[in-house]
Amino acid sequence: MQATLSMALTNSHEQTETQADEARQLGFWFYLMSDGVIFALLFATYAAMSHSFAGGPSGKELFDIRYTLAETALLLTSSLTCGLATLAALQQRRNQAVVWLLMTLVLGLSFVALELSEFGDMIGQGAGPERSGYLSAFFTLVGTHGLHVSLGMVWLLVMVAQLLRKGTRFQVLSRLQRWALFWHFLDIVWVGIFSVVYLPGVLP
Amino acid sequence: MFGKLSLQAIPYNNPIVMGAVALMVICALTIFWIITRQHKWGYLWRHWLTSVDHKKIGIMYIILALVMLLRGFSDAIMMRIQQAMAVGADPGYLPPDHFDQIFSAHGTIMIFFMAMPFLTGLINIVVPLQIGTRDVAFPFLNSVSLWLTASGAMLVMLSLAIGQFSTAGWTAYPPYAELSYNPSVGVDYWIWAVQISGIGSTLTGINFLVTIIKNRAPGMTLMRMPLFTWTALCVSILMILAFPGLTVASGLLALDRYLDMHFFTNGEGGNMMNYANLFWIWGHPEVYILILPAFGIFSEVVATFSSKRLFGYHSLVWATMAIALLSFTVWLHHFFTMGAGANVNAAFGIATMLIAIPTGVKLFDWLLTLFRGRIRFTTPMLFTLGFIPSFAIGGAAGVLLAVPPVDFMMHNSEFLVAHFHNMLIPGALFGFLAGYMYWFPKTFGFRLDERWGRRAFWSWLIGFQLAFLPLYALGLMGMPRRMEHYGNPDWQPWLIVAAIGAAVILFGIVCLIVQLIVSIRRREALADTSGDPWDGRTLEWATRSPPAAYNFAVIPEVTSIDAFWAMKREGHTMPPEPVHYSDIWMPKNTGAGFYLGGLSFILGFALIWHIFWMAALALLGMIGIVIARSFDDDTEYKIPAAEVARIERRRLSPQSPGTRPLANDSTQPATEV
Repeated sequence: MQATLSMALTNSHEQTETQADEARQLGFWFYLMSDGVIFALLFATYAAMSHSFAGGPSGKELFDIRYTLAETALLLTSSLTCGLATLAALQQRRNQAVVWLLMTLVLGLSFVALELSEFGDMIGQGAGPERSGYLSAFFTLVGTHGLHVSLGMVWLLVMVAQLLRKGTRFQVLSRLQRWALFWHFLDIVWVGIFSVVYLPGVLP
Repeated sequence: MFGKLSLQAIPYNNPIVMGAVALMVICALTIFWIITRQHKWGYLWRHWLTSVDHKKIGIMYIILALVMLLRGFSDAIMMRIQQAMAVGADPGYLPPDHFDQIFSAHGTIMIFFMAMPFLTGLINIVVPLQIGTRDVAFPFLNSVSLWLTASGAMLVMLSLAIGQFSTAGWTAYPPYAELSYNPSVGVDYWIWAVQISGIGSTLTGINFLVTIIKNRAPGMTLMRMPLFTWTALCVSILMILAFPGLTVASGLLALDRYLDMHFFTNGEGGNMMNYANLFWIWGHPEVYILILPAFGIFSEVVATFSSKRLFGYHSLVWATMAIALLSFTVWLHHFFTMGAGANVNAAFGIATMLIAIPTGVKLFDWLLTLFRGRIRFTTPMLFTLGFIPSFAIGGAAGVLLAVPPVDFMMHNSEFLVAHFHNMLIPGALFGFLAGYMYWFPKTFGFRLDERWGRRAFWSWLIGFQLAFLPLYALGLMGMPRRMEHYGNPDWQPWLIVAAIGAAVILFGIVCLIVQLIVSIRRREALADTSGDPWDGRTLEWATRSPPAAYNFAVIPEVTSIDAFWAMKREGHTMPPEPVHYSDIWMPKNTGAGFYLGGLSFILGFALIWHIFWMAALALLGMIGIVIARSFDDDTEYKIPAAEVARIERRRLSPQSPGTRPLANDSTQPATEV
């Protein structure tokens, strides 16, 4: 993919631009590692507090697997549309890329809406984050992921605007790739949340 | 409308605080007045506050560090005076609540806003020059990091005038830091100051890791990098992987305090020991973030002023890497008394002792570099020589504390205070001061006065021993740390000696200030016209002092360790002349970093005082600036080849011996090893 991107470049200033771009990609990976440590620590906190119910409800009593199923389906599908968007952009099909991005946005918004309504249900049952250490850890871990998804959608809108305004230029494509990395990273974190938070909650 | 904020938040009735506030305001007004009178606001804005030049950013970091050193030291000397007085019937002059704020502010300031900016500033100035590049990988991000750090520091300063600072120590341990025990805004000041500057440090780590991996001059393989750059590399890795620990620990504490959650509370399933774990998962690597750059500086200084290649370069590199790795495996030794059990404590105790091995390797490497070297006793070298024995004492105390049964006896005592100051003053601060004096001529084009430098060194060395060696004895006598008042009269003589030590250090600080003033006045006599005042070995000395905005007109080619030394021996000139200059592209200055820092300050302030509409506006403003910046494609400017040639010719002109073919300063004979 890097090779495809560099083909557009000819003169020497633009070659230094390729180097700068490689630096940006690498720096973004390091940022993701740092963010990954944040999630790792939140997972560890959740694990350490997984029995701190303080007389309140446990995950088994609270989780509705249908929510989880729908949320997972939405987010995984959004990774597919995200991938299709970057492929379309790389083939210079700008409008197609914008359409895939907007579909990703719809899927992401549905995910966040569903998560918020799940949170709302729990808070309505008196199982909000202030109820117990366990629920604090649950809301913080899942909520931090949701916050990342929301920021990812703001970034997505910026990418749509840049595609429309600047076209499929080198800098835009390169930034789109970093956005896609971020989006896929959130998918992986969600798989972790699914396996560590929800699955043990519903298994017998 | 204004949350918890009201006029009562200003501590009118505390004369000591109001005196300090008045002093602060007078200093600020004086500076404003001088700048206005000299019509320098435009200059300040265009050339400094908006700068993305790594050298200027580094200078601003170090100015911040030195200012905060004065504040942190004022706290220290106030505590020393209080403890020297407050025995038996004498309550001293500080009420308990104020004393608690002072020790909390002292630790927070010295770690986050003195040591961190100091080392980040030195890395900023030196690393790009040492690896032969024109700037860091992300110059704009660098400016953002600086202003986030400054914003955190300003929040701590503001806590003096509006509201109060935390009384929960620099570590803010719950449950005492929780709302139920600590309802004032003090802990919130700590949380947001640390949170904002911590994000700045994470970004710095990313920036320098990419810079060192991607931007090295051709031929500079990893194993040809100067040792300071190696330590900067390890420190960047530590910043990226450790700072999330601080973000999470202080973030969860904020959730407890703001949203009534129960991470670390006493009841409702909270577990305060989770905080200690999260905090020290950051906190122990942080110790090495502070100390490794100093090790790097000592390595450069000892090689330069022994006029010898560094002994055991490879072992020093591996020792640095080993320390960086081990630093993640020892965090539990900060709370052996948690009750994790004998086996867990033993594992962490042994891991802790293991760190002494690579550290010992380093000490021997430095000693063997000195061995048969032609030693020049300049001030940076004096700080290095003072560091070695002092640090050995602190290290031995550390190995003692690594034994869990001993730690059960000594933890939370003055022995611990003596130990970690013994690591961080000779270990880190002496290194930063050595680096400050060593690279000052590179940065400003003239050397610092040696006589006042020597006075500063001796005051710091003697003052340090007087101030902290008695604390070992006090710890063994059973004195706990952080005591505002005590009943045991046997402790007082030792505390009086410690207070005298603090006074001697004060003289050392005065010497540093005088040194700076005297040197600026004598800058003609102290001028460094060669670019290589110390007969240096690494690439930063291969360009003029101060370097042009682009650092190197022609990027140097590196063929060995001590690249510049090799060039000098082979009689090469730097830059190789005559040369064909080409256009150079440099990043444009931008105010966006400054605005982001300013808005983060407003965000922090609004969160501290629960003014949520203001916090929301500040956050939206920050997001808006980042988005606007992402639309800006015009972020670079071209220095045409002709302009580069003109700048370089000026440098080559006969009046300035700047690029005499690498002749050595006449006062400093070149020595071959």
